[in-house]
Amino acid sequence: MSNKFLIPIGPYHPLQEEPELFKLYCEGEIVKDIKWETGYNHRGIEKLAESKTYDQVFFLVERICGICSTSHPFAFANAVEEICNIEITNRARYIRSIIGELERIHSHLLWVGLAGHFLGYNTVFMWAWKYREPVLDLFEMITGNRNSYAMFKVGGVRRDIEGHKIREIRKVLDEVKKKTDLLTGAVMDDPVIHARTKGVGILTKEDIIDFGAVGPTARASGVAIDVRKDDPYAAYPLVNWKVITATAGDVFAKAEVRLLEMYESISIIEQCLDGLEKEKEGDINIKVKNIPEGIGTGRAEAPRGEVFHCVFSDGSNSPARHKIRAPSYVNIATFKKSCIGQSISDATISLAAVDPCYCCTERLAVAYDMHTGEKIMNGADIIRASAGQTRLIMKNLKMKV
Amino acid sequence: MNTDAILNGLKEKFGPLVTETVKRNGKRYVVTINPSAILNVSEYLYREAGCRFIIASALHTKRGFEIHYHFSKDDCGLVLNIHVILDHNKPSIESLSNMFNASNWIEREMHELFGIDFINHPNQEKLISEGNWAEGVYPYRKEFK
Repeated sequence: MSNKFLIPIGPYHPLQEEPELFKLYCEGEIVKDIKWETGYNHRGIEKLAESKTYDQVFFLVERICGICSTSHPFAFANAVEEICNIEITNRARYIRSIIGELERIHSHLLWVGLAGHFLGYNTVFMWAWKYREPVLDLFEMITGNRNSYAMFKVGGVRRDIEGHKIREIRKVLDEVKKKTDLLTGAVMDDPVIHARTKGVGILTKEDIIDFGAVGPTARASGVAIDVRKDDPYAAYPLVNWKVITATAGDVFAKAEVRLLEMYESISIIEQCLDGLEKEKEGDINIKVKNIPEGIGTGRAEAPRGEVFHCVFSDGSNSPARHKIRAPSYVNIATFKKSCIGQSISDATISLAAVDPCYCCTERLAVAYDMHTGEKIMNGADIIRASAGQTRLIMKNLKMKV
Repeated sequence: MNTDAILNGLKEKFGPLVTETVKRNGKRYVVTINPSAILNVSEYLYREAGCRFIIASALHTKRGFEIHYHFSKDDCGLVLNIHVILDHNKPSIESLSNMFNASNWIEREMHELFGIDFINHPNQEKLISEGNWAEGVYPYRKEFK
């Protein structure tokens, strides 16, 4: 008689805020098999893209993922510019890379925090998310938004980074560097983290090649692939940096790769800022009249790995077909290797180690009354309600309103 | 193996089965092949040339069902699109999932959305709409007059 039993994680689970369902088939404490069910968040974005114009698709693909919201427009821009066969200005290249790297820093900090949370080490969680805040504030200053920055367009970017903003970015980066030192030291030297992550959820080089895994998941297993280096785009060929790799393939190696990558990102941004100061202000895009017929394959290295967009153009103003592959699509499949044979408590951090992103952003909905068709609540109402609630709490705490 | 060596190898090994090679730019090629050669071509690219399978894109056009298998040769930044055209009425092609796991999910997805049959797929179940979508209805198929 088999003693196998099933432990479901999800579809709605307090630890991961996104809908997913992992079925862990266990014998005692040990995970013997794992199945993943998806589709809780299927939004038909590839199909939707066929009904939008090229300019509108940027805003659509930006909403695929809330964390790495610039990586999809990045890959899409690369794909469309490949069809048009155009070169963007150097200033636009630098700005694109700055946005991409700032995003990598905030995404990796988010992961470090979440990993701490998964291990039951909430101090790391709170530190990392606190240090991430100034990066999001920088985004607000540069683009007007903390997430979904709407910076990219075919032929360049939509906003410039002027002199005073460059100075502000440098100031914040210095701070971020100090905090990253602190966090890296704390994580890398902590015996508890060593005990919980070393030798856990190992992926070998062969597993990575078999599953086609990408990003820090691949680099932590000694597969040195990085689109920024292999197939350079934006300002990456104009600056000096190195690809961070590790060989152990366990959760600790993945954490190490991500933490060290943040230093490379900071260095790339600093060099891009130097480059910006040499270029003429305002020279951020070139005019593109129409998109010719053809196929364009655009890639960008998102914080989680290679984002791939394939755009088929029939010469009209919207894509005839738009195929999108997010990095988690190939990384999540590696759970078959990393989780089986682990204990249940180690399986959770192994699941989190690839930084899975279920490509989901919750967005505002407007509710209508079914019978009268009247709008019950719109965006302004929700903001009013939220601000009112904050004022009430402050009043109850006798804080100055 | 560099870009030229890979392309020459394709021509030498598969000769008439490679029907067209289009150079988009120095790092992007579209190679149209006879669907019967997909398994051997993929094996050559994956095992001999050291390419990584990125993903496959299917599309429904007037010519039939087309699949672009995207392979990446990471050390020279090459993206090789292996293109096949399948029949309108009974689209089917050999599965690559017994060679590498990377194609397992996307083949299931293409089966689910376009109704393309992947022969010898280890587990051709639905990937994204299990339990809540009608059998035999394929949302990404188009109608042509």
